[in-house]
Amino acid sequence: MFKRSRENQFNGNQLVHRSMRDTTLVRLFILPTIILLIVINIFPLFWSLFLSFSSYSAKAVTEWGKNPEMVGGLNYSRILTDPRIWTKFITTAKYVVMSVGGEMILGFGLALLLQLKFKGKGFITTLLILPMTMSPVIVGLMWRLFYNPNWGMFNYLLGLGKIDWISDPARNLYSIVLVDIWMWTPFVMLLSIAGLSAIPKYLYEAAEIDRASWWFKFTRITLPMVYPLLLVALIFRTMEAFKIFDLPMGITGRGAMAPPLLSMYLYNTAFVTWKTSYGASLGYIMLIVIIAITSLFIKYLNKAKT
Amino acid sequence: MKKSLLWLVILVISVSMIAALSLNGCKKEAAPAEEEVAEEAAPAEEEAPAEEAAGEQFITIHWAQWQPADALEELSKSFTAETGIGVIVEQTPWETFVQKYNTEMIARSDAWDIIVGDSQDIGNMAVNGHYVDLTDWIIEHGVDKSFTPASLTYYAEYPKGAGKYYAVPCEGDALGWAYRKDLFEDPDNMAAFEAKYGYALGVPESWDALKDIAEFFHDPDNDFYGVAIYGDNGYDSLAMFAEQVIWVYGGELGDYATMQVDGLLNSEGAIKGLEYYRELFQFVPPGFGDAFYVATNDAFTAGIVPMATNYFAFFPALSNPATNPYADVTGYFACPPQVGVDGVERQFSALGGQGASMVTYSKKQDLTYQWLEWFVREDVQMEWVKLGGYTCHAGVLESEEFLNAAPYNPAFKVTMEIFKDWWACPEYDILLRTFSEEIARYVIAGEGTAESTLNNLTEIWTDIFQEAGYYD
Repeated sequence: MFKRSRENQFNGNQLVHRSMRDTTLVRLFILPTIILLIVINIFPLFWSLFLSFSSYSAKAVTEWGKNPEMVGGLNYSRILTDPRIWTKFITTAKYVVMSVGGEMILGFGLALLLQLKFKGKGFITTLLILPMTMSPVIVGLMWRLFYNPNWGMFNYLLGLGKIDWISDPARNLYSIVLVDIWMWTPFVMLLSIAGLSAIPKYLYEAAEIDRASWWFKFTRITLPMVYPLLLVALIFRTMEAFKIFDLPMGITGRGAMAPPLLSMYLYNTAFVTWKTSYGASLGYIMLIVIIAITSLFIKYLNKAKT
Repeated sequence: MKKSLLWLVILVISVSMIAALSLNGCKKEAAPAEEEVAEEAAPAEEEAPAEEAAGEQFITIHWAQWQPADALEELSKSFTAETGIGVIVEQTPWETFVQKYNTEMIARSDAWDIIVGDSQDIGNMAVNGHYVDLTDWIIEHGVDKSFTPASLTYYAEYPKGAGKYYAVPCEGDALGWAYRKDLFEDPDNMAAFEAKYGYALGVPESWDALKDIAEFFHDPDNDFYGVAIYGDNGYDSLAMFAEQVIWVYGGELGDYATMQVDGLLNSEGAIKGLEYYRELFQFVPPGFGDAFYVATNDAFTAGIVPMATNYFAFFPALSNPATNPYADVTGYFACPPQVGVDGVERQFSALGGQGASMVTYSKKQDLTYQWLEWFVREDVQMEWVKLGGYTCHAGVLESEEFLNAAPYNPAFKVTMEIFKDWWACPEYDILLRTFSEEIARYVIAGEGTAESTLNNLTEIWTDIFQEAGYYD
């Protein structure tokens, strides 16, 4: 009994000491990541927030009080009262609605079709996923060649003559939307497949027994069960589409005839004309908009889960 | 379990440290051995020390990614052979070249010893202390006498007229023209042109004649177009073409000394010049709204235009039969003169090209000065021409050898006497951005009028200069 009690002896100090060593070990392991996070993410976040309330150009000589010079909310008020910025917001919103809408409809539709059993289904699925695996910059450059009005494959295969899809401002936004849909529909498709695969078969069997119509099964079983995953896809794609940069940069470049998207304007402001603080303010406004939109979607997602 | 994990981590870190230290130690231990070998070999082979020095000493030059940079790397091999100092020419694509070196200079990087930067960026780089003041060096080495005055003004001097230099002219360049001699000299074409326009078809003697020729040849139903000119407005190509037509019709971008813009940028001559650009743009192939040097050369080699503009730096591709099936019938001419709205004839070409500037943060300035001293020699400049570079050395430009070295060189020589540059002040980038945006809307998209476009631009630029404190 004494031996057992010695073996099972509870020594409070030893237990505390052991847990302290465990905690120290945990902290030691995550410390490098925390340092990296602070240096790369947290510090620039606060530094750019500070710059957004100042007048500062990274290319000019730094002189505290002059460059940067505190200007309060001047950058923000300039941005929010500039009609050209609102044009860019509207264009970006159009882009988001068209590209994400197209991806959701096509992606979900393809996922439904892939629920059917047919020969070569695995191969077809792999082919459909391929666009998503490519580098966005390469995709943009590749489609820029496809879209060339003089010798590009796009006009040639569709028999469209010499339509300019790149530098014509009436069309180039739709050119980029098309490529975005081509590239990211597989993402929505994959999430939808995951959702559809998780629906218990017995629900459909029960509905069959009750002679439910296809529409009834789709609206009362399929859609509600897949809805959370569709929302997840919607959240991710909306966030990405709002700040899209690589595709338009590859396809149309950053010239004046390129679609007036917010991300391109931010790039030109911050890295071409070096209006660093103005660019920082615009970046924060975009961040707030994205957070607001995704918060709304997450609210619906939480409701859907419960 | 956790104890063993901790020991495993300590073991891995220890082994890594030991391995790293050992490698470092091996390198240090090897160095004395190598030096002993070099000392022993020295009496026998005089070249050994130079070869060893070449491996240790080098300078890095940063330039855009294009053929002249390849030529500079090739040329610099003779510098290495003479001095034992290696030269690396690091190239960045044009689209991101200026952003890249600006970013590095903001970070005070010593990655490069020389930047062959764009001429309009000289003010920005000089004012912000990124380039070394080479004034004394240039005067001491007679570069102000051996190189053309215009090249020093535009590639090296800031502010203009102040006599302070921050670069050595490296690549002289400006806009020129290539044309199809076979089409221009075709008897049927000549007869039809003369019948329509009342004068002989030939190398245009004015911008008005150039537009007539473009109109004459323009036949989109048969996939043939009048002219290939720039439309890209992502960087400076649209602005460069626009500025030269504004100048020849009697307009100005502004007063470079006083920074006044009103009355100059929106003058009658400037408006007429911009209207000309819009009219000429109607004769380009489809999709030229983003055309830069590749597109204009491609249109020419594809045989769909009778003439194309480009910087002279891109003409080697047109004179090469391997890249241009019409190389043997391709001729070249400088931008023609034009009688402006005030009745005065002017001839201008938009300046391109770059100067070689020493980076302030370079830790090898002594080696860099040696390269510059070598580069400005007349024999080296002639070699530069032979390899495909464009010299600004006055003696070389005058020589028969230069004029005969390439079919476009005579036109280049003329162009070197008529070129003019964009603003070179620190605000040049925002001036370029706003100019490209406004001009593109009118020239490419057809929005507004030339007058409203230039009036808008005048307001914008006045605000920019006001904010920068030039009018205080």
